[in-house]
Amino acid sequence: MPTLIKDGKVERNDWTLLKTATGPEILSAVPGKNFIVPLQFWRNYQAEISEYSGEFALWLDSHENVNDIAEEVHSFPLIALNFPAFADGRSYTNARELRERLGYQGEIRAIGDVLRDQLYLMSRCGFNAFELRHDQDADVCLAAFEDFHTNYQGTVVEPLPLFRRR
Amino acid sequence: MNTPGIVYNASLCLYVNGTMYSYDNYDHQMLSDRVAQFRGQTERYLDGKLSDAEFLPLRLQNGLYVQRMAPMLRIAVPYGMLSSRQLRQLAMIARDYDKGYAHFTTRQNVQFNWPELEEVPDILAHLADVEMHAIQTSGNCIRNTTTDQFAGVSPDEIEDARPYCEIIRQWSTFHPEFAFLPRKFKIAVCGTKEDQAATQVHDIGIYIVQNAEGETGFRILAGGGLGRTPVIGQEVFPFVAKVDLLTALEAIMRVYNREGRRDNKYKARIKILVRETGLEAFREKVMHEWELIKDGPQTLTEEEIERCKAFFVDPDYQTLEDNPTVLQSALSSNALFASWYEQNVKAHKKSGYSIVTVSMKATGVAPGDVTDQQLDYLAELAEQYSFGEVRVTHHQNVVLADVRQDQLFELWEKLRSKALSSHNLDLLTDIICCPGGDFCALANAKSIPIAESIQRKFADFKELQSIGDLRINISGCMNACGHHHVGNIGILGVDKKGEEFYQVSLGGSSRNEASLGKIIGPAFAQDEIPLVIEKLVAVYKDKRTDGEKFIDTYNRIGIDPFKEVVYANAD
Repeated sequence: MPTLIKDGKVERNDWTLLKTATGPEILSAVPGKNFIVPLQFWRNYQAEISEYSGEFALWLDSHENVNDIAEEVHSFPLIALNFPAFADGRSYTNARELRERLGYQGEIRAIGDVLRDQLYLMSRCGFNAFELRHDQDADVCLAAFEDFHTNYQGTVVEPLPLFRRR
Repeated sequence: MNTPGIVYNASLCLYVNGTMYSYDNYDHQMLSDRVAQFRGQTERYLDGKLSDAEFLPLRLQNGLYVQRMAPMLRIAVPYGMLSSRQLRQLAMIARDYDKGYAHFTTRQNVQFNWPELEEVPDILAHLADVEMHAIQTSGNCIRNTTTDQFAGVSPDEIEDARPYCEIIRQWSTFHPEFAFLPRKFKIAVCGTKEDQAATQVHDIGIYIVQNAEGETGFRILAGGGLGRTPVIGQEVFPFVAKVDLLTALEAIMRVYNREGRRDNKYKARIKILVRETGLEAFREKVMHEWELIKDGPQTLTEEEIERCKAFFVDPDYQTLEDNPTVLQSALSSNALFASWYEQNVKAHKKSGYSIVTVSMKATGVAPGDVTDQQLDYLAELAEQYSFGEVRVTHHQNVVLADVRQDQLFELWEKLRSKALSSHNLDLLTDIICCPGGDFCALANAKSIPIAESIQRKFADFKELQSIGDLRINISGCMNACGHHHVGNIGILGVDKKGEEFYQVSLGGSSRNEASLGKIIGPAFAQDEIPLVIEKLVAVYKDKRTDGEKFIDTYNRIGIDPFKEVVYANAD
């Protein structure tokens, strides 16, 4: 199981990530789990999902747009945003829009190619949980949140830009 | 906050410096955090804990390329401004970490071609000591913001662009949402009437304008760029108020970050997105994003604009007359000086002062190359003659922006003593040229020897002067670092079955009436190029009417007369 950092601490991961949109039979095969499911799965299997005993969260790939789930977003305790490659920066925008446009208060989790050197940027865009790529050292990663003492821009963490705080 | 305008020079004597941004504790803190961060990244890379692929964007965002001979380190010169103290630090780095020279780039930056990877963190620390860095000088992020090199001293300016460049610099530095864009992103701001910043061929081009009510604000273009698919930018915002600058930029960036193509790096620039989306639809998307953030906390404040403007106030000008007698007599007694004056000295907004451009295009020297001694000397001259500052131009020259007219002759004599007095500004031999195949791993062909062969062909100054304003731009590959698309004559190095050939285009311009050059026909071998240029010039001289520049004649008569002569008797 990959290491999870949440709110600045290494935590146990209670969620199972359903990476590909398989059929709903997965639900009857493993009862009582908490699943993070792809958008297609959520859309296609509402009946099966409502009968299932565990909780559900959603993950969006980098080409998917959080504004497309604006209606239902607040019903999820967790939204995961995927980085298919660490150099794909689209999920930063999704995270900010989740927080700033949609006012989402739940957990935003970075999944996929989640590496030490991007954690600081992710946290500023509103991610508060990070499922690290398997080869990442959690202690080295925890230091990443201290990379900078201050920043110019206003972001999710500090909405006021430096010029309003200077 | 620091007191604006007070800096220490190398000899620790205080002097008043009116026109540079000076760091406060926040800026210093961010820079030292960055140096520490990059030191850690480099150590992890050298320890094998960071793969090549993972280190690549990290080092690029610190300006570090791995090149043909050695790593290349590109250093940001925000909007081209350098103090004497910074020049001396660059000279020191050139001496101690390079082979004694540096290179001015076509985006007002400085490059070192021979640093050792292990030493780069130390170089960055030396730069941080003088408020410099290599942040975001490469990689798929927002690059150094550029402007007209005459900002603040030009007689025809609407408003000095530099405070806004600095505001954009701060907004774009470590912007967390836009660190991994589809592709690189370049912004230019122009406040002068005559655009010398090539504003329209930037991903975002910003003109300072006045609206019908007489308010000053910004006209914002997007989707311009050179490279493989050259495009002139299109208007997204006809007018935004000053305080809305950053939210308007952020809205454009957000649409681009989300929707710019990531499947093909050659189609990933914003110009392709604007084209494929259509200008109207693109504009609607931007407006949708803008609605969300407009008037929010990222809205600029009058205080912040004033704070930044206060760094760029006029230096301590004397009250002086234009055309002092000492200048007049030097002009009439020394023909070489008079040529230099005519070519390299431009009008200044303040009477009794001139803007001097030091040409870095001496024949036989790679365009933009400068030695450590020349850097030191420029620092000294800047202190003596121009309030301790210089500007780097996107034509790879250096400007002393505030020179007293009664000191021009003295300055010229000193420049001459160090081979810095080439009087070819804006002439055919003032060639823009990328490092090309001699240095760059991306290049298809050499470019520096082509520039030199042209310069040698046109060695006669009278002839150069009679040809007049003619821009030749040379790139060693399609990435177009030498801006060949906007050269009046553009030369592009191409590879044909392992051999280097050169494609010639005509009619490009990066000025206000920006245009992209048209390819004249089949490419030429390296040794044919000087003759081709000579033929093109001959057509121009034959066809021109009084006062017509090369570009004017070309626009009037079109490409055919040039083509006929160049390809006549080809067999």
